[in-house]
Amino acid sequence: MAPAQHDYDDIPGTFVFDAERSRQGYGINMFCMSLMKDENRKAFKANEAEYLKRFNLTPAQTDAILKRDYNRMLELGGNIYFTAKLGATDGHSFQHLAALMTGSSQQEYAAMMLAGGRSVEGNRTRSGKNKPGNSKSKSKSKSSAKRK
Amino acid sequence: MARIIAGVGSSHVPAIGAALDNGKTEEPYWKRVFSGFEKSKQWMANTKPDVAIVVYNDHASAFSVEMIPTFALGCAAEFPPADEGWGPRPVPTLKGHPALAAHIAQSVILDEFDLTIVNKMEVDHGLTVPMNLLFGTPKEWPCQVIPLAVNVVMYPPPTGHRCYMLGKAIRKAVESYPEDLKVVIFGTGGLSHQISGPRAGLINSKWDKSFLDNLTKDPKKLTRIPHIDYMREAGAEGIEMVMWLIMRGALDDKVDEVYRFYTVPASNTAVGHIILENRHKAANKDKRAHAAKSRQAAARKAAHRIASKGR
Repeated sequence: MAPAQHDYDDIPGTFVFDAERSRQGYGINMFCMSLMKDENRKAFKANEAEYLKRFNLTPAQTDAILKRDYNRMLELGGNIYFTAKLGATDGHSFQHLAALMTGSSQQEYAAMMLAGGRSVEGNRTRSGKNKPGNSKSKSKSKSSAKRK
Repeated sequence: MARIIAGVGSSHVPAIGAALDNGKTEEPYWKRVFSGFEKSKQWMANTKPDVAIVVYNDHASAFSVEMIPTFALGCAAEFPPADEGWGPRPVPTLKGHPALAAHIAQSVILDEFDLTIVNKMEVDHGLTVPMNLLFGTPKEWPCQVIPLAVNVVMYPPPTGHRCYMLGKAIRKAVESYPEDLKVVIFGTGGLSHQISGPRAGLINSKWDKSFLDNLTKDPKKLTRIPHIDYMREAGAEGIEMVMWLIMRGALDDKVDEVYRFYTVPASNTAVGHIILENRHKAANKDKRAHAAKSRQAAARKAAHRIASKGR
């Protein structure tokens, strides 16, 4: 059975944590949740691959976790509030993870946020449909955000 | 009777809590954020609510993926701050109002909102950050708190319309509670932000402004916004904004916007804040007197019933 198509699949750069991903990613998220306990953090750090066997993960999920591929984790059913716990276990700030996921340096990401964040212009849709009629140019909306 | 006198909307960015806890409030970046809440703290100090109903969401603290309740009402006597990985935030334990919470649960479930009852729950930044923004950092919180945790982490969250109607049911419940209590209701989360995936960092100030405008003037319009619009326009995590509609639904159709603040960014998020007051203040006294009279009458009737049964 092919996976169902959803209207939100059209949003670029976004993995919506829906009921299907929640089902698939249960192991990833329960693994991340386990990192709330210090003894588990230590066990994970001592032997990551071995620790991950405690959870019912697919090979692809295990691989994504070991490689710290945060986007892939989201795609395979991880949720950001959970995967952030893995980042914290590695001693990273959230902004470090955000930079990783967006393919930018932490400095670039921080500068983008200070300048008003990522504009929605050009970031609404993969297919090009559903663009609002009154969209402004990218630079205009950024500067208006900056003023606030 | 108990009465909802005002609604407060506020973002609940975790980094705001971290800035407070780590003494960074005077840094220019954070001062810009905190200064926007100075007037609000004054307003809250003057308003002196007895109870705050705080609509918020848990972020993998009290609820993991083992249980995902859509609406979970905190009926406990107290709610300790959760350990979110750095130890619990150094804020006082929140005192609940179990009697009013139980009353609300009973009333709204019979009004067909099937809440989950939670008698033991830790609360995370989603609740404690707005408390700090409005009440400051007191040794004890000055009012009792009823947490209402809404699932906005797993798609789909409840619709905006459902949230708005739940707000109305909560209002009805509060107003049928016999004790004279001043209640303020908080809607928290948002505004625009996306913290996951390659599109992380998305902010849409135009959307946020329109949301705040309509929250005051035309909330029914907001109840018709489908989830796809929140996620596309305000970021995957911007969908938290539906929680503000529970707060709005619990207020009068026409309200006074007494304060608004908006700034970008706090960490990855657009910070939005609004205070809306109901307009019935002048009528309060009359209504209270009327309610007291009808309560007395009801008590007399009840006493009569009991007496006649005894015969």
